[in-house]
Amino acid sequence: MIRTYAGHSTAAKSNELYRGNLAKGQTGLSIAFDLPTQTGYDADHELARGEVGKVGVPVAHSGDMRTLLDGIPLDEMNTSMTINATAAWLLALYIVAAEEQGVDQSLLQGTTQNDILKEYLSRGTYAFPPAPSMRLIADMVAYTVSEVPKWNPINICSYHLQEAGATPVQEIAFAMSNAIAVLDAVRERVDESLMPQVFSRISFFVNAGVRFIEEHAKLRVMGIVWDELGRDRYGVTDPAARRFRYGVQVNSLGLTEAQPENNVQRIVLEALAVTLGRNARARALQLPAWNEALGLPRPWDQQWSLRIQQVLAFETDILEYPDIFEGSIVMDGLVAELLEGARAEIAIVAEHGGAVEAVSYMKAALVDSHRERIRRIESGDLTVVGQNRFTETEDSPLTTDSEGGILVVDAETETQAKAALADWRERRDEAAVSAALDQLSATARDESANIMIPTIAAARAGATTGEWSQTLREVFGEYRAPTGVGEASGPIGDDDLREIRDEVERVSGALGRRLKILVGKPGLDGHSNGAEQIAVRARDVGMDVVYEGIRLTPAQIAASAAQEGVHVIGLSILSGSHRELIPAVVDALRAADVDSPVVVGGIIPDADVTALRNAGVAAVYTPKDFDLTAIMRDIVALVARHNDVPA
Amino acid sequence: MSDLTDGATLGARLRAGDLSAAPAALNLVENRSPASRVESANLLRETSPAAIGHDATGHLIGVTGPPGAGKSTLLSALVAAWRSDGRSVAVLAVDPSSKRSGGSLLGDRARIVVDPGDSEIFIRSTAAGEQLGGLAPATRAGAQALSVAFDVVVIETVGVGQSETDVADVVDTNVVVVQPGSGDVLQFLKSGIMETPDVLVVTKADLGQVALSARRDLSAALRSLGARQTEVISVSAIAPLSGIVELIAAIDTHWAGADVGPRRLQARRRHALADFLAEHGASGLRALGGRRTAMAWLDEQEPGVDVPGLTALLEAQATAGS
Repeated sequence: MIRTYAGHSTAAKSNELYRGNLAKGQTGLSIAFDLPTQTGYDADHELARGEVGKVGVPVAHSGDMRTLLDGIPLDEMNTSMTINATAAWLLALYIVAAEEQGVDQSLLQGTTQNDILKEYLSRGTYAFPPAPSMRLIADMVAYTVSEVPKWNPINICSYHLQEAGATPVQEIAFAMSNAIAVLDAVRERVDESLMPQVFSRISFFVNAGVRFIEEHAKLRVMGIVWDELGRDRYGVTDPAARRFRYGVQVNSLGLTEAQPENNVQRIVLEALAVTLGRNARARALQLPAWNEALGLPRPWDQQWSLRIQQVLAFETDILEYPDIFEGSIVMDGLVAELLEGARAEIAIVAEHGGAVEAVSYMKAALVDSHRERIRRIESGDLTVVGQNRFTETEDSPLTTDSEGGILVVDAETETQAKAALADWRERRDEAAVSAALDQLSATARDESANIMIPTIAAARAGATTGEWSQTLREVFGEYRAPTGVGEASGPIGDDDLREIRDEVERVSGALGRRLKILVGKPGLDGHSNGAEQIAVRARDVGMDVVYEGIRLTPAQIAASAAQEGVHVIGLSILSGSHRELIPAVVDALRAADVDSPVVVGGIIPDADVTALRNAGVAAVYTPKDFDLTAIMRDIVALVARHNDVPA
Repeated sequence: MSDLTDGATLGARLRAGDLSAAPAALNLVENRSPASRVESANLLRETSPAAIGHDATGHLIGVTGPPGAGKSTLLSALVAAWRSDGRSVAVLAVDPSSKRSGGSLLGDRARIVVDPGDSEIFIRSTAAGEQLGGLAPATRAGAQALSVAFDVVVIETVGVGQSETDVADVVDTNVVVVQPGSGDVLQFLKSGIMETPDVLVVTKADLGQVALSARRDLSAALRSLGARQTEVISVSAIAPLSGIVELIAAIDTHWAGADVGPRRLQARRRHALADFLAEHGASGLRALGGRRTAMAWLDEQEPGVDVPGLTALLEAQATAGS
């Protein structure tokens, strides 16, 4: 199946985009939701500021879902929804939209991502604590297995683990441990006789990096482990039901901002990892756009990625042969090696009490692996063409148009979304909504009841995404995931850091107390790898680091900076909402009488750098600034200058 | 000199109940430059019982326990409960330093969820610094200074052993937090490595039977040590909350029955010795004839002398003795 992950601005604009993509030969839908929708906030919530319609489409209620799917026959469509914490709610809206089209839920086909553990580990769009989140998932699985039987209720994602730094062994082991946690939770809520059917509905969403031979071996290993799990742990006797089914989005972590055209060949090679050998071939493939490290891709950029798949499928002979690795000594050796490593790692997670209990362990392990990867890029042990080697380049005609080769979302989107939301609330039956939410709350308190039923009722009644989530937050409580940085061990290449460490000591001595930095992630963006690596490196060079994790409001960042007496503030944003959020944070800091300099890191297009500097930002770092020690040197010098410490 | 680095001014602001002076006061006591040390002494003088005429009115509470016991989650719930009672709260969270580089990751405030617009809550993370396990001088000074302005001042530390003992020396009420199944705390208690806490909290009450039996074992251990007055409270700091109201009551009850004056006098003397040690190290301590002799000598000094005064007396004594 060929599709492109898409959605932005409004339901109407995204609908137009979907219809366009389907006309170009795409065979399914892949819906990207904006961060407020993914984390359960309405457009008028404080945390939604700057994020509405940015990385996907906002869907606040059944009316938005109806608009989004207008003219798309849902009985024929296969729809993938990248939605996790609020998956039960978005599936309910989808079911209601289908009802309105006259399509029975039993006919619906598609996938909700619905993998919460990787949100704690990597992606950050969780809403509730682990235990109730696992119950939501189990309820959804139990509901769909009988009522929406063609639906894949969960897509276990190893994808984001690799983005967070996972080695192939970690990617296999953590994903499989995650699947075990889900299946064990479902087992408590469905009849044992349904378990083979449940097992067969679980699919995976994996990553493929540029070391595509090893990556292919990884997928073969996942197939073996999955087959064994089905047979030995869940008693699935039918081999077909034990088949490892997966979709792929190839690696974004390795895509570079420097010489971004090179990303095209990376994407093609990564696509080979998941298509070359028939025995471990992906069911669905989506490719990122070449300019993802620069900003939001435009329709043309996405078309390019779609065409790559079409060339692979329709021009090459890749699909004409049986498995081309069968009997390969090299492939068998790689498979055996990864299998052994993965089994050992799965056993370690099990010793921690399973994946839910092992979130802290896994998170710290990922932060460590990612740090090692960055160290290898910094030292040149790992070559990244155009970034740390072969860096000389001609000017690129691809990035010289006025917008810098990316899509810019209209700033009016948020205002319009708020107005539309107010209008929706005005026109609906308030009493029906509050009765439905009361019922939802009661069901949430009752462990034995299935939460899908009142969720669908609330969707029909006209409740909003924020209201559904808030009702459950009140019952389940809120949660902050472990950051993993506290457990990260000391640096490996100590010698490289000696000089900068001496400088931190010298400046700290002159300041009278140790140089203290606040690393903050404003907004809803949960991609915390960059912030985590900056925090760990700042510690390793001798700074005191205050790192509070993701999802902070400008007011929270300002309060922390003031109370903690930090000398410098580092902000990280990857969602494209820097234009709104960074000036808001700077204003809040100044209002709290914090005059320490602010630096920003993230996916910041060149065109926005001047605006950020004008807003009072001292320095801006983007993915091409991969040398963290160089960033640290800048920061120390900045603090020294700001406090009149002589060089 | 700016008002934000002037110890006397900051002390006066705190005495007047100006909570917004807290960040600058902490910046000052953490600063080791000679000029700041003079100002820091002025701040301590300005906030001493001798200066204000009575013991500071803030309740000094220690919250200690092994890593993973759920201290931060518990503190989140406690802070929320104190705030809804209308009590202002300062939290000094002490994190262990990375030994290798001197840098540290101060992650604890991340887990204490508060309203950022609430000006009556102050949270400060501090690295334990070069202190071996114990409390940094800045934490002692900060706690004293803030206790004239805030209703509740919490010192949160990780681990049992030296840091826990040091906290017990500084605070009015020492709360130790353990999770069910942490047998080491039981051992520490029995062997006397750990001082008897004023209140013992068993977290994760939602675990049910395990938490109940942990509570029973700890109560038995405390009884066998003769510490019958130590309350053992079970809490669940995640939804649905339980035991928080009981815990706050136990902490208040302890404070009401505690002899705060002598306890704080003792704290000031230890504080002075810690400051002296930070400055003069082991050779300074030898000049005083060792820790025990130094403490005995301090016990003979006038109760009204403030910490900078006591430190100065120690320095004079060391010079005379060497």
